[in-house]
Amino acid sequence: MRALLPLGIFLLIGLAFAVGLTKDPKLLPSELLNRPVPDFALTELYDETDILTQDMFDGKVSLINVFGSWCVACNVEHPVLMDIAKRNEVNLIGIDWRDERPKAKDWLAKRGNPYRKVIFDNESVLAIKLGVSGAPESFIIDKAGQVRYKHVGVITPKIWRNTLRPIIKTLEAD
Amino acid sequence: MGSVTATPCVGMTININCDTRAIAPMLNPRYCRAMIAELGHYLLILAMFTSLAQGVLPILGAHKGSENMMAFGDQAAKVLFALIALSFIALTTIFISSDFSVKLAASHSHSMKPFLYKISGVWGNHEGSILLWTLMLAFYAALIPVFGKGLPDTLKARAIGVQGLLTFGFLAFILFTSNPFERLNPVPIDGLGLNPLLQDPGLAIHPPMLYMGYVGFSVAFSFSVAALIEGKVDAMWAQWLRPWVLAAWSFLTLGIMLGSLWAYYELGWGGWWMWDPVENVSFMPWLVGTALLHSIMVLGTRHKLANWTVLLGISAFSLSLIGTFVVRSGVLVSVHSFATDPERGVFILLLLMLATGGALSLYALRAKTLKGPGGFEPVSREGGLILNNLLLATATATVFLGTFYPLFMDAMTGDKISVGKPYFDLTFAPIMLLLIVFMGAAPLLKWRKDSAASLKRLALFGGPLMSIIIALTVLFGKSVLGGIGLALAAYLAFGTLLALARKTQNFKTWRAQPAGTYGFVLAHLGVAIFTAGAVVMSVWAKDDIGRLKVGESLTVSGYEFTLASVAPGQRENYQFLSAKVDVSKNGKEIKTLYPEQRFYPVRNMVTTEAGFHFTLGPTIFSAISEGNSEDGWIIRANYHPYVTWIWIGALLMSLAGFISLFDRRLRFREDLA
Amino acid sequence: MRQITIGLISLFMVLSFALAATAQTPNAEIEARAKDVGRSLRCVVCQNQSIDESDAPLAIDMRKLVRERLKEGDSNAEVIAYMQERYGDFVLLKPPVQSNTYLLWFTPFLLLLAGLIWFIKTSHKAEADS
Repeated sequence: MRALLPLGIFLLIGLAFAVGLTKDPKLLPSELLNRPVPDFALTELYDETDILTQDMFDGKVSLINVFGSWCVACNVEHPVLMDIAKRNEVNLIGIDWRDERPKAKDWLAKRGNPYRKVIFDNESVLAIKLGVSGAPESFIIDKAGQVRYKHVGVITPKIWRNTLRPIIKTLEAD
Repeated sequence: MGSVTATPCVGMTININCDTRAIAPMLNPRYCRAMIAELGHYLLILAMFTSLAQGVLPILGAHKGSENMMAFGDQAAKVLFALIALSFIALTTIFISSDFSVKLAASHSHSMKPFLYKISGVWGNHEGSILLWTLMLAFYAALIPVFGKGLPDTLKARAIGVQGLLTFGFLAFILFTSNPFERLNPVPIDGLGLNPLLQDPGLAIHPPMLYMGYVGFSVAFSFSVAALIEGKVDAMWAQWLRPWVLAAWSFLTLGIMLGSLWAYYELGWGGWWMWDPVENVSFMPWLVGTALLHSIMVLGTRHKLANWTVLLGISAFSLSLIGTFVVRSGVLVSVHSFATDPERGVFILLLLMLATGGALSLYALRAKTLKGPGGFEPVSREGGLILNNLLLATATATVFLGTFYPLFMDAMTGDKISVGKPYFDLTFAPIMLLLIVFMGAAPLLKWRKDSAASLKRLALFGGPLMSIIIALTVLFGKSVLGGIGLALAAYLAFGTLLALARKTQNFKTWRAQPAGTYGFVLAHLGVAIFTAGAVVMSVWAKDDIGRLKVGESLTVSGYEFTLASVAPGQRENYQFLSAKVDVSKNGKEIKTLYPEQRFYPVRNMVTTEAGFHFTLGPTIFSAISEGNSEDGWIIRANYHPYVTWIWIGALLMSLAGFISLFDRRLRFREDLA
Repeated sequence: MRQITIGLISLFMVLSFALAATAQTPNAEIEARAKDVGRSLRCVVCQNQSIDESDAPLAIDMRKLVRERLKEGDSNAEVIAYMQERYGDFVLLKPPVQSNTYLLWFTPFLLLLAGLIWFIKTSHKAEADS
C-alpha cells in the first residue's frame, strides 16, 4: 500500500496539470461584478471643465472602454469600436488611461473618436478602483450604474456579436 | 521546379526557394549552406531511430542475458551523442552565418548581433534550448559506458536503455512540435533579433549550466529505474551514483546562481530571488538533489534508505521535467518564460506521465524487494542525515505547493490567488532555519551510535558566540531577527570548522584529507556565507525611488546619489539614454554610476540597465527609467550590504561539488573502515 | 528571509528591549509602512513582482495610492483590504488564511510534524534491531 503512495500523489499532480493546461492564467475576474461603479470625479479629455462622475452612467446601458495612445492592442480594437459607435447601439464611454491629453487627442483625431465622452485618468484613479490590469479592457454597466460584465483584451467583431452585444440587449430590455 | 538562387557561401544573405527535388544543384559546394538545415533535420530523424534502438535492445538484452545486445547500448549511446552533436553544430552554423531562410534564426537572430549572442541565440529560444537539453541527455548517456567499466553489465545496459528511451521522447518532441530547422518562405532580409533581456554574457551561459544540472539528474533517474528492474539497491549502487549526482548538483547550483545574478543586475530592481515559478522549478530539483547527495551517503555507508534514495533519484529528474513543462507550456505566467504554447505543454506532460508515471509504477511493484534494515539511532550521523532529508523533502513540498497551489485552485474552483515572497518567508524559511541547526551539529556525530557528548565543544563555544553576535547586532544594527540569522550563520561555520578539526586531528593532517572532506567543508561554509548575505540583505537593504532633475539627489542609508547628467547615444544594436550618477558618503566620493535605459529598435523593446558598484561589503546601484529634462527622471537608488555574499556562498557550494568529484576514494565509506 | 528567524524569536525575547530604540519620524514611518504594504501587493500587470519592485506605470500609481491612503490615516491592513476589494485575492502576495488556502498554509507544518513523528518512531525501533 505504502509503495503506491508516490504514484498516487504523482497522478493527482498530473491531473491538475492537465486541467491547468486548459486555463488561461492571464484572465482575471472582476471583483466589482453586480456592484455599482465606484465613486470618482475626473475631467473630460476634451473639456477640462467638464467634471465627470459615476452619475454619468445613470439611466442607460454603457460600455466603458479603457484605452491609451500608448496601447498597441488598442489600435487593433479601434475599428470595432468605431463600428459600434456608428450603429449607435450603446452609450460608449472611454477611459483614457495613463496618457497625455495632446497625445490622446491626436490619436483619436487620426483614427476617429467612437466615444460619447472620454474620462481622462492619467493617474490610474478610476483604473485602480475598477481593478484594471491592462489596456484594452472593457466593462458593461447597467441602467442602475452597476458593473455587469468585464472583458479583458481586445474586443473583436466576434466577441462583440456573440458576447457583449447580447448582454447589452438583455440589460436594455430590463 | 527547384528554383534555387543562392549567393556563394561567403555571401551575407541567401535566397533559396527550397525544394527537395533540386538535389543536383545542392550537391554543388557553392550551395553547401543551403543544405545545412536539411542535414541537421535528417540527423535528428536518424538520431530518433538510434535512440529507440538504444532504448529497447539493451533492456531486452539484459532480460534475455544476451551480451551482444547489452554491449550494443554502449555503442549506440556514443553514436547517438555524435548524431545530436552534429545536428546542434548545424543549427549553430545557421545562427552564426545568419541564414534567415531558417525560421528559428529569422525570429531569434539578427545579422547585426554581436558574435557571442549569435551563438547564445541558439539556445535563447524554445526549439534550440530543447535541442541543447536533448544533446546533454545523450552526452550523459554516452559518458555512462566511459566511466562505467566496473558496473554490472545488466545494470549498465538497463540504465543506458532508460536513458535512450528518455532521449527518444525528447527527440520525438522536437521533431513533432518544435523543429528548429523549419524553413521560412519568403526569406526575410534580416532577423528579428534575440530578446534584448537575454543579450547578456551571464545569461548566455546560464541555460547550459542549468541544463547540465537538470539533465544530469537523468542519470540518477535511469540508475534508479534500472535498480528497480533488477530489484537490487546496495552500497555499490550508491557509490556508483554519487559522482553523477555530484556533477549534476554542482552544475545546477552554478546555473541557479548565474540566473539569480542575472536577474539581479539585468532586471535592475534589486531582487536576487523573487520566488517566481520559473525560479522555483529550478530550485526544487536542487533541493531534492541535495537530499539525494546526503541519502546516498547513508545508503553507501549504512545500507539504509534504499527505497527513499530511489524515490529521490526519480523525483529529482521528474521535477526537472516539470520545470521544463512549466516554462514551455504557459500554465503559469512568469516574467521569464519566453516561449509558451499549450500544444507543447501537452506533449511534455505526456512525456512526464510516461517517464515518471512508469518509474513510480515500477516502484510500486518492486519497492518491497529493496527494503533494507529499518531503524537507526537518533543521535548518530545517519540520524542527522535522515533529519536533513526530512527537512529538505518538506522544504521541496513547500516550494511545490507555493508554486502550483494557484494553478491547482484555479483548476478546481476557478478562484485566483497569488503566492509570493511573504508565504515563503513564513513557511520555507523556518524549515531552512531548522535545517541549519542540524547542519551545524550532524557532521560532528559518529555513524551508528553517538552521544550528545560529541556536541559538547559546539555548545560550549557556539552558545556564547551566538549570544555575542545577537547582542552586538541588536545594539548596533537594531534588529533581533538579523542578529539571530547572523548568529545561526556563524554557528554553522563554527560547527563545520569543528568537524574539520576533528577529521584532521586539529588540522595536523589537513593536507592528507580526501577531496570529499574539502568538498564538505566548502559546501557547508558556502551555506553559512550565503545565509549571512541573505539575512543582512533582508534586514538592512535600503532602496528609494525619486524623480530627479540634473543636480538633485537622493539619500539612502547615508549614501548620497546625485544625478549629474543625462545623455542619449547609440551603440551596436540599440539606442540608449545614459545617466551619470555620482555617489558619495559623508562628502567623500565613492563611485560614479552609469545607469542606462536602452531601446532595441529591432524588437521595439525598452530595457533598463542599472549602474552597479559591487563590493564584498556594501553594493550600491542606481537605475533610470521614464522621464524628461523638465520634470526630471525616475531614479532608483539602492544600498545592498553584503548581497555579493549570496552568490559567493552559492559559488562555493558549486565549487565544493566539483572538488568532491576528484575524491580518489569514496568519502562516505571512510568511517566504515 | 526576514522571517527566517521567526521561529526562534521567543527564545531571544530577553534581547528585544533594544527594539525600542528604533523610533522613527512620522514621514519615515509612512515610507516604511508604504514599503511593507507595497511588498505584499502584487503588481497585476507584471504578474510576478510586487508593486514595490516594479516600475510598470500601474505599479507606480498603486504605490502613490498606498502612500496617500496611509497619510490619510488608513492602517496597513485597511490599505491592503482596499486593493483586495478591487483586484481580489489575486493582488495579495501573501494569500489570506481561509478555507480554500488551509491546505496551502498548513501542509508544510503538518508534513514537518509527520516527518518528526516518523523519525522518533523509527529511531526507537533501532534498539530492538540491535
